[in-house]
Amino acid sequence: MPAGAGQGDCKVRGLLAFLLMVPMLALASGAELHLDKAPDRANDMGALQNGAKVFVNYCLNCHGASYMRYNRLKDLGLTDEQIKNNLMFTADKVGELMKISMQPDDAKAWFGVAPPDLTVIARARASESGSGADWLYTYLRSFYRDDARPSGWNNVVFENVGMPHVLWELQGEQVMGEDHRLKLAKPGKLTSEEYDALVADLVAYLKYMGEPISEFRKNLGVAVLIALAVLFVFSYALKREYWKDIH
Amino acid sequence: MAAGNLDKYKSDGTKLGNLLEWVDARFPATAMWRQHLSEYYAPKNFNFWYFFGSLAILVLAIQILTGVFLVMHYKPDASLNAAGVPVAFASVEYIMRDVPWGWLIRYLHSTGASAFFIVVYLHMFRGLLYGSYRKPRELLWLVGVVIFLVLMATAFFGYLLPWGQMSYWGAQVIVNLFSAIPFVGPDLSVWLRGDYVIGDATLNRFFSLHYLLPVLILPALVVVHLIALHEVGSNNPDGIEIKKKKDERGIPLDGIPFHPYYTVKDIVGVVGFLMLFSVIVFFIPEGGGYFLEYNNFIPADPLKTPSHIAPVWYFTPFYSLLRAVTYPLFGIDAKFWGVVAMGAGVVIFFFLPWLDRSPSKSIRYRGPIFKIFLAIWVVCFFILGYLGVLAPTPGRTLVSQICTVIYFAFFLTMPVWSKLDKCQPEPDRVTAK
Amino acid sequence: MSCDEKVDCGRRRLLVATATAGGVASVVAAVPFVASWMPSERAKSAGAPVEADISKLGPGEMMTVEWRGKPVWIIRRTQATLDELPKLDDKLADPNSEKPMQPEYCKNQYRSIKPEYLVAVGICTHLGCSPTEKFKTGPASGIDADWPGGFLCPCHGSTFDLAGRVYKNKPAPDNLEVPPHKYLSDAKLVIGEDTTGA
Repeated sequence: MPAGAGQGDCKVRGLLAFLLMVPMLALASGAELHLDKAPDRANDMGALQNGAKVFVNYCLNCHGASYMRYNRLKDLGLTDEQIKNNLMFTADKVGELMKISMQPDDAKAWFGVAPPDLTVIARARASESGSGADWLYTYLRSFYRDDARPSGWNNVVFENVGMPHVLWELQGEQVMGEDHRLKLAKPGKLTSEEYDALVADLVAYLKYMGEPISEFRKNLGVAVLIALAVLFVFSYALKREYWKDIH
Repeated sequence: MAAGNLDKYKSDGTKLGNLLEWVDARFPATAMWRQHLSEYYAPKNFNFWYFFGSLAILVLAIQILTGVFLVMHYKPDASLNAAGVPVAFASVEYIMRDVPWGWLIRYLHSTGASAFFIVVYLHMFRGLLYGSYRKPRELLWLVGVVIFLVLMATAFFGYLLPWGQMSYWGAQVIVNLFSAIPFVGPDLSVWLRGDYVIGDATLNRFFSLHYLLPVLILPALVVVHLIALHEVGSNNPDGIEIKKKKDERGIPLDGIPFHPYYTVKDIVGVVGFLMLFSVIVFFIPEGGGYFLEYNNFIPADPLKTPSHIAPVWYFTPFYSLLRAVTYPLFGIDAKFWGVVAMGAGVVIFFFLPWLDRSPSKSIRYRGPIFKIFLAIWVVCFFILGYLGVLAPTPGRTLVSQICTVIYFAFFLTMPVWSKLDKCQPEPDRVTAK
Repeated sequence: MSCDEKVDCGRRRLLVATATAGGVASVVAAVPFVASWMPSERAKSAGAPVEADISKLGPGEMMTVEWRGKPVWIIRRTQATLDELPKLDDKLADPNSEKPMQPEYCKNQYRSIKPEYLVAVGICTHLGCSPTEKFKTGPASGIDADWPGGFLCPCHGSTFDLAGRVYKNKPAPDNLEVPPHKYLSDAKLVIGEDTTGA
């Protein structure tokens, strides 16, 4: 290789890296929203089951989960019988989708907007500020009393939200303080820690529901990568063997 | 390549041999094998950058295979189902949840779309590095740019199909670009949509074209691209013609048969690529919101634009060119000139073979002007891509305008500086490791 | 030339190893695509066992329920019909239900769990048409002067008795299929599921 060729490549590469870094840093957008980190309970079956129960009891009246089948909950260690007896209120077959009886048009008339389907909400709410789970975890703990709103409720991360605070009996009532921080004005049935734990379970369930296959996907990925690594070793050895002729 | 060895296959007496002889007497199987593989002499000094051609073919195959299987379950229907969700959106979630292994097939396809552009961008960058567009490979390059255009169209059509918010509003914005064309624009955009907004008619025609382009047109163009390549022979990192030095049999001294040497080498590249690809598919299929955008998990809603929409990442450099133009010119408003800038940003690649006047092809022997200008251009390309993802602010618009000027200046002033640049002498033979 | 042979041997070994590994990988990679043609969760849900309420079914009447997209007949047979069945044996192709067209628990004279109720898939075993009911007996049936009541397939003329057994010398080779089923109560029947856990 003539002198300069490789060196030139190197210099260009260094220059490239430098030139790239400067404007990227200057232009990087700061995250506007501070979100609390949702606890990771993806492998905690008890938490997920509890989350499913909270979801079915508090959310599944107005929000559907119309891509999710009840019998999929077997992923969480439940049996068909348990699903049927404890979690199914409107459907009669475990293979059915988690739909609600409310018609979308009626919902629109009653709430102004139809409550969104929640099947993939944990994926839709992800942003550069945090994962969808983080958003939901913060959102469900950030309702406060606001008499200016028709529902009487407002939310820190979702301004002028249409939904009232469905879990208020559990959390109690928060108000916005002068210092722009939430204060618990009226305690609910649960302590603050208990309420956070309940929301964490619910959010873990919503995250699971967004992509039920995700845990299996990662496990399969490990196997696929190992297999490909073996194949890589073989094919690289084969290439070396043939290329002996050339060098 | 010269016409080469056209001898027909002679059976060795075995059953298989007899069958091959029978076929070869009726179809130029061995002649094609020799011409394109076993007696196609490629320079022996291909480096890392030369993996991306074969990888592009691999990704095309992955996209066609997974796409054909997705079509078996997908429904291009914008009407709402009983739960109030568009049928098309629901059918994608149906694939993700109810179809056995549907999630994997869909992730392969969605990741494949981004992988296609990564591979093709690197493949094109290789061309810039080593002057692969220069004589006698101008037509090869032109066909390649056409492939790139068709690929962009295909990706754009495909992006509408999940019928999420980003699909919908992305298509809305891009189709509205056509309305900027003077006189015919407004009617043209209505004609493209088949409706006054993006609707069921649009979804169905995009679905049809998303099948036609990649399954019929792209493979045909790829074949043309390969035939053109094998006619003129491959370039190499030294940018010199190996055909100038041949042995007594007419075989280039620095050439080696593509098969088996580059087939076994490309297999290593394929496996390495598949490992990276699998990391995305199995561990980060959303690609941080760039491969599958978060807003696209919300069904399309014609009444509500998301607070921030951006095209999918592989379009953003060109989208930034569009947004950078904010001044009206010659009495026509800025919108039109933005569209012109975006189109020109792609079309300018067609002229590259005639803009470059450098005596050397490869960056290895080209002077400092090229190296610096190319580096700056690449940086601008990245900045434009990054800005295209972000919402515009006055500061960002100014940066994108500067980058836009540099982007075009690189090409338009090339005839001047490429001649001035101080090149080093090229070697007679390729420099292998 | 011994050197060349050695190189070739090493090469062949590697070639075989790589080709084998690659071949196995390709076959495994094909599995998801092949498997994606199996019934989806939606299809399985639609094909789940169905319940039928037979409390309103009078003697001599028939009802049809849909299971996996196929008509399943439930026929409440009268005592006269049941008495008639054994007399037909020599006209039938498989009077004793030797062929496995019914679950083990229905391999009896009446091809049913309770003699009174016949549950059968209303699809002709010839080419898949649905036979029509011909419950009228004798010449009024338009089939035969001594027709005892049964089913006639309109496509190719196969006839079945009221136990779903096929007559001899007809295109249909087998008796009508009896699906797995069980009684939840006297009035409730589940089709597609039985006590054997199938």
